[in-house]
Amino acid sequence: MTQSTGSTRTTRARQVGVDIQETEENRAVVEAIEADNADCAVRHMPGLVRITSPTRIVVNRESVEQRLGREWETHEFQLAIVSYFGHIAEWDDDQILIQWDH
Amino acid sequence: MAAPRKLSMKQRYAALTRDLDWDLSYVDEDKAYPYTSFEGIKIHDWSKWEDPFRLTIDAYMKYQAEKDKRLYAVLDSFAQGQGHLQLTDPSYLNAMKLFLQGVTPLEYQAHRNFAYLARFLNGPGPRFAALCQSQDELRHAQTEIHTLSNYNKYYQGMHSWQHQHDRVWYLSVPKSYFDDAVTAGPFEFLIAIGFSFEYLLTNLLFVPFMSGASFNGDLPTMTFGFSAQSDESRHMTLGLEAIKFMLEQDPDNVPIVQAWIDKWFWRGYRLLALVSQMLDYMLPRKVMSWKEAFELYFEEQMLGGLFPDLAYYGITPPRHVEHAIAEKEVLSHQVYWTLYQFSFAAGFTTTIPSEDAQKWLAEQYPQTFEKLYKPLWGKAAAVVDNGGRYFYQGLPQLCQVCQVPMLFTEPGDPTTICQRHTEFEGERYDFCSDGCQWIFEREPEKYVQAWLPVHQIYQGNCGGPTVPDVLAWYKLQPGDNGEIAGNLEQTAWETWHATSSAEEQAPAPVAGN
Ligand SMILES: [Fe+2]
Ligand SMILES: [Fe+2]
Ligand SMILES: [Zn+2]
Repeated sequence: MTQSTGSTRTTRARQVGVDIQETEENRAVVEAIEADNADCAVRHMPGLVRITSPTRIVVNRESVEQRLGREWETHEFQLAIVSYFGHIAEWDDDQILIQWDH
Repeated sequence: MAAPRKLSMKQRYAALTRDLDWDLSYVDEDKAYPYTSFEGIKIHDWSKWEDPFRLTIDAYMKYQAEKDKRLYAVLDSFAQGQGHLQLTDPSYLNAMKLFLQGVTPLEYQAHRNFAYLARFLNGPGPRFAALCQSQDELRHAQTEIHTLSNYNKYYQGMHSWQHQHDRVWYLSVPKSYFDDAVTAGPFEFLIAIGFSFEYLLTNLLFVPFMSGASFNGDLPTMTFGFSAQSDESRHMTLGLEAIKFMLEQDPDNVPIVQAWIDKWFWRGYRLLALVSQMLDYMLPRKVMSWKEAFELYFEEQMLGGLFPDLAYYGITPPRHVEHAIAEKEVLSHQVYWTLYQFSFAAGFTTTIPSEDAQKWLAEQYPQTFEKLYKPLWGKAAAVVDNGGRYFYQGLPQLCQVCQVPMLFTEPGDPTTICQRHTEFEGERYDFCSDGCQWIFEREPEKYVQAWLPVHQIYQGNCGGPTVPDVLAWYKLQPGDNGEIAGNLEQTAWETWHATSSAEEQAPAPVAGN
């Protein structure tokens, strides 16, 4: 077992986050995430939207469909996502959930 | 009995990765999968591997096709609308030349090695994930080449990138990094590329190039970047799944995985030295400093987020990470100062940072820039004022492991060059850092074989004994290298912008390629 001499960091809450491409369609996805994740923060960066949360981020199919006005399968999130940090704890027909495991 | 209308994602994924698989009966498992035991990693149950994306072939094809369609629509309108004139400055393309020479060939290498994993991992889940990634990486190589070929019509330095990747001194940094990974076993490769490169460090590579493109008027690169990056989320997931799978399968795997994390963090971090200078110096319009990117994407997200998660398995933050943290104040400055002096032998151009750029650097690096690096640029400017241009005469000592010139300084002492060496079988080997020395000493038999460009030049293997001989062997053409000011590209750019409004004419290509 190696021993790290790295600094022990006392950080704020352990954030999770997802970066989404800034496009017309993705605006509905971002709005749905904002509505369903009360504690999330949204930051606009060149070409993308960065959503972070101190707990978890959930993307609900129904919320996205409501805003988009059409059917949306969760697989479509692959066209939106640019990067993320955290762990994809669930990805099924109805929702995507990003959080840390332990 | 009514059949269910449609299978759920979970059921479809299970059908693909479990039901379509079968137990081997004519061949022993060890014979069919001969490479998954020699590294010492113990796997008891391959079916425990989960791909959270639950990707199936129909979904994969459908969305990948859509991604390509979107990208090529942008490329068309770029070509039709004289998009290459929208750049902030032609010198911006130095970042893209570095990308094309340094990163694109790695995409192709990744394609090849994931194809190998898609055949040789025992479990159907990881085999399918590797197959998708293999196709993704081929797509990345192709779309990057296609995208940047639009600039190749008008600008220098993009004609021989694959040739240069195998030969030019600074490109041996990314090349040797990936060679190291693909010559390891499948599990180490998964930690090296899947985890360390794609998960731990990917944002430090992605944000600089793609946001840099967005900020500097390069719409096509931004689009291919996002397009590739959307696959990257899947690759990150594969990397994270891989590490968790290994750690959960057997406690004996933990120390092996830890040592790989230690090694591949430092290998990847040293590779990013090239990115650090790109961010702070090469981009005409700055996005964020290396220091800020490192703090945000590495310190906060990885040390603050990921490593507490991995602590559950007994994993600690990477060895030597404290040196990387300390170095964030000096790294980019030291690297660019070196590139400035050697760009006569590079596939890109360099120049003294403008007054505005120096002001920005001083604001971003209040503790180091004005004190340590501004004076160097003052000296370089004095040479220029006297009608010259300072290029270093001679060749640098390279680190045996990372192959970066030995330009880094002692931890905590930015004025003393860090030099380490180890004797092995009667030969002396030199290193840029404790991290690289530690990596060498774990596997000296591997690293003594390194193809070090400077040694190769001295041994007469690089076209001949003189600088022009070597540059010809690199296939550098006039205008590819050296100083930005007065360069072919710069003068052509000025002509295009002076005349384009008057003549409403498409500029004629100048690059002789
Ligand atoms: Fe890639
Ligand atoms: Fe990738
Ligand atoms: Zn080194």
